[in-house]
Amino acid sequence: MSITTESKFDIEVQPPYLDEAYKSTILRAPLQPLVVPKKKDITLSGPLFKDFKLGALDHDLTKNSIKDGEPIGERIVVHGKVTNEYGHPLPHTLIELWQANSAGRYVHKVDQHDAPLDPNFLGTGRCMTDAHGYYKFYTIKPGAYPWGNHPNAWRPNHIHFSLFGGDIASRLITQMYFPGDPLFEHDPIFKAVPPKGRELLVSAFDLSVTEANFALGYRFDIVLRGKNATPFENL
Amino acid sequence: MKTSAVKKQTPSQTIGPYFAYGLTPQQYGYDFDSWVDHDMVKGLNNVETITITGTVYDGNAQPVDDAMIELWQDDGVHKLFGRYGSGTDEGNTFTFKTIKPKSVNGQAPFIHVILFMRGQLLHSYTRIYFADEQQLNETDANLNAVDTDRKHTLVAEKKGDSYVFNIYMQGRNETVFFEI
Repeated sequence: MSITTESKFDIEVQPPYLDEAYKSTILRAPLQPLVVPKKKDITLSGPLFKDFKLGALDHDLTKNSIKDGEPIGERIVVHGKVTNEYGHPLPHTLIELWQANSAGRYVHKVDQHDAPLDPNFLGTGRCMTDAHGYYKFYTIKPGAYPWGNHPNAWRPNHIHFSLFGGDIASRLITQMYFPGDPLFEHDPIFKAVPPKGRELLVSAFDLSVTEANFALGYRFDIVLRGKNATPFENL
Repeated sequence: MKTSAVKKQTPSQTIGPYFAYGLTPQQYGYDFDSWVDHDMVKGLNNVETITITGTVYDGNAQPVDDAMIELWQDDGVHKLFGRYGSGTDEGNTFTFKTIKPKSVNGQAPFIHVILFMRGQLLHSYTRIYFADEQQLNETDANLNAVDTDRKHTLVAEKKGDSYVFNIYMQGRNETVFFEI
């Protein structure tokens, strides 16, 4: 089954390809206008995850790479609802996550930031939305880290999210931020998003999922492009 | 019936330079299972497989060593998905093992490409068509919607046993990217 998505990337909230304040876009942004395919030919169906088997600890980044103890840092629980633009929940869709540790260090081999790695924290995980579009995972609050875009450049604390949603037009990679971060106004990646979209990237503190004596809760709802109310059955 | 959107899309943000241990962990040697990789034909028997290789080039014609390429194909028979990072192979090439999709409704067969990299705030979409489908390529409505002198950027060349599909972000041979 193929579904034609009528919506496009919403330029009121989506960042452009080229934004010179974020220097890496200068040599990597397509410069020619995008071509619009003939609609009748589009088969946009995408991978589905109905029978996808998560590992038992995939959704718990505080436990999924323990070697000899608990990871260091502030435990948090992050939850939210994934819907399409029409408010329909997107059940059984895969969410992939990765992030820096509490010291602001990524496990990735090319991260040269002089901050400690945590032997008990890899910083990656996965979860699925349930039948009503909800997801939840546990992690350690990531630290801010420096990068080379401009002098004294620091990224705000963030968690990377990758989502599918049922067709290739709904594919999304984004970053979840934390409320009130003073680095927002200095971060060209965050600020590449038009003002109307920025607050959509910031999670909210949520006492209702905060677990007593264990972890603070944050809520981050995600809206994927498209109008399909239910994802596909295949794959 | 036309309904209107009630919610704003969540904005896209760059994949950044450090996706490997999260999205392509086994390819890069991290201790976390990958759920998908470059081999799109796992579990399929009696199919004729093809290899697609290529390199992503930036505006200075330098190979991009931190791109993530996803392929998706759906010809009504096989729905196949693959993913590969450009940071592990010599020359920063990517490689996929798949099958050539069938023609659907008289269209030229093609594979969707979803491209992510540091320096892209929003991912790009392109398509792989096949040089040895000359007849269908000539009559394909989508290929014919592209300027004649840019069409070749969408067509993978056959070299030996492989198809080669290089992606140029900018420059004289800038790949055609689609608004999906």
